Amino acid sequence: MSEMNEFDEDAPEIVKRFMYVNRRAPYGTIYALECLEVVLIAAAFDQDVSVVFLDDGVCQLKKNQDTTGIGMKNFSKTFGALDDYDVEKIYVEKESLAARGLTADDLVIPVEVLAADELREVMAQQDVVISS
Amino acid sequence: MLHIINKSPFERNTLDSCLRLAMPGSAILLIEDGVYAVLAKAAHADKIIGRMDDFSFYVLGPDIAARGLGDVPMIEGIDVVDYEGFVDMVAEHDATQSWL
Repeated sequence: MSEMNEFDEDAPEIVKRFMYVNRRAPYGTIYALECLEVVLIAAAFDQDVSVVFLDDGVCQLKKNQDTTGIGMKNFSKTFGALDDYDVEKIYVEKESLAARGLTADDLVIPVEVLAADELREVMAQQDVVISS
Repeated sequence: MLHIINKSPFERNTLDSCLRLAMPGSAILLIEDGVYAVLAKAAHADKIIGRMDDFSFYVLGPDIAARGLGDVPMIEGIDVVDYEGFVDMVAEHDATQSWL
């Protein structure tokens, strides 16, 4: 019975391509922190996960964040855990960095910087895209 | 009048509207995501640099530090204030306009 396949441990595992698109700055709204938590949870499900930072989303990865003055959790340190969760496809849009006068050296983790016409190709290959 | 901007200039047109409608001589204070407007090497930096004679610009230091912007060039002539300075500014101006 085909409807039983999802419970059949011998059935071939279906791995989907999930992309999480971050477009918001940290701290001003809750979107950035929420998306990071969703990515870390999703990483436990052995799917093909990639994380994209573009527009103000690139600001989430800025080095040297110190939130003691605003009384909020500095979650930029948590991006370093993505590698531990085997989330290795981390893309940053080149144009978004340039518009803010930033470079990959300003970021808290190593990333793959892609121009919009390259990022477009990666986006088009996804099964599921979750944006925040 | 004290104008307060708390939205990123990359995502919202709040700063543009404020610069268009604020009376010359006003003070403009950048807080929260509004602090991204101070980036000297950003594409939009000229928006503020071109209005330095019209307005006095201020930015909230704790929001700069939180976003890691202390180590990148800031537009010259913007004064950094702390929370006490923020309170003083509100007290010193007869009215405050928050551009939400």
